Amino acid sequence: MNRPDVVLCDYGAGNLRSVSAAFARAGATTVVSTDPAEVLEAPLAVIAGVGHVESAARGLQQVAAALRERAARERPTLGICVGMQLLFDESEEGGRGLGLLRGPVRRLRARRVPHMGWNSLELRRESVLLEGLDEADVYFAHSYAAEPTNGLAVAEVEHDGRIVAAVEQHALAGVQFHPERSGSAGARVLENVLRWSRNA
Amino acid sequence: MVKKRLIPCLDVAGGRVVKGVRFESLRDVGDPVELAQRYSELGADEIVFLDIVATVEGRGPTLELVERAAESLTVPLTVGGGIAGLEDARSLLRAGADKVAVNRAAVEEPSLLGELAAEFGAQAVVCAVDSRGGELVTHGGRRSRGIDSTVWACRAAELGAGELLVTSIDADGTRSGYDLELTSRIAAAVEVPVIASGGAGEARHLAEAFEAGAEAALVASIVHERPERLGELKVELRAAGWNVRI
Repeated sequence: MNRPDVVLCDYGAGNLRSVSAAFARAGATTVVSTDPAEVLEAPLAVIAGVGHVESAARGLQQVAAALRERAARERPTLGICVGMQLLFDESEEGGRGLGLLRGPVRRLRARRVPHMGWNSLELRRESVLLEGLDEADVYFAHSYAAEPTNGLAVAEVEHDGRIVAAVEQHALAGVQFHPERSGSAGARVLENVLRWSRNA
Repeated sequence: MVKKRLIPCLDVAGGRVVKGVRFESLRDVGDPVELAQRYSELGADEIVFLDIVATVEGRGPTLELVERAAESLTVPLTVGGGIAGLEDARSLLRAGADKVAVNRAAVEEPSLLGELAAEFGAQAVVCAVDSRGGELVTHGGRRSRGIDSTVWACRAAELGAGELLVTSIDADGTRSGYDLELTSRIAAAVEVPVIASGGAGEARHLAEAFEAGAEAALVASIVHERPERLGELKVELRAAGWNVRI
């Protein structure tokens, strides 16, 4: 049997259909799984989805060890939205993340929360994920955001202050926006991610 | 800054897109998935499907339609109409909707908003507030709820709605402009984004809604007649200094 390019970690509440369809458009095969062995072995693991971070963290417990093992072995993992927040430590929304990246997850301080809609990426340093995407508009829908310790952020957006839009560290990457719902810019992000995972 | 959004709303009945004036005299305007795809290509920032007969006829949401749309769309999809509770919302989100819009069920059982937010996150929960003469109505405007729309909107946001879709039933389909008083009153009173709905006829109307504090504007009859109008509206708004995605 052919191994899928991408394993989408299933935690119950997630919107995996659109993520899966977006990866398919980018030319990748995906499988949705809660099987730790499958999560460990795939070239790319994705923690995606809508959801409350607490229910998501609960749902992710089955594969948490496999995700930690992937990080230890430097196998690429991408977190999307709540999935990115779950790479971090404690969240003000409740629940604990995987603690693979350092920094708290805090509620946004802005006139309008949730931060909902299209916003322009401002690249902060060279990025594998966001190559060619400086000033690209991507779609956000969140009330909480990771505040990583220095050096992790590769892009920010402005929403009554700075919000970290993407992080990269070794085999871990996270995007606070939804590439699967960000038109052609989002498609480009997923193509970059796939190239990154193939070269890892 | 986050950009002002233009959101085509497809009123769906029996698997087809329909449009009426003040929720009456419906006429067929096309296939929902084809139209959604077309709008997405023309620059729609999001798409809304509202199953406008679901509540009236007590029919469940049309999951197959949502699955098809969600797989081909590359912009967010909100689905509303006939959502009776947590399990309806779960099915729609699993089918690929990014957000669900609840209306009557939230009015009749406000705690549902909190339950939805706890399970799926507030960003996935839109509360549709239909208003007539400043008063909350449901059932497509046929039933008055005896509550001030703004009072209800504030309560809905406190309970867990992450966004408010504020529709003036009086203005809906008339193309004479959004209800600016209603929009500004609610936008000023809540922290969550407000989508103005009902009455868009020209770019100026959308600009007025943004001026009144709306983060997004719903468009229907104005673009259903000629979908290219969507792209033109964005160009006109950009030229007028509004921060929209082109």
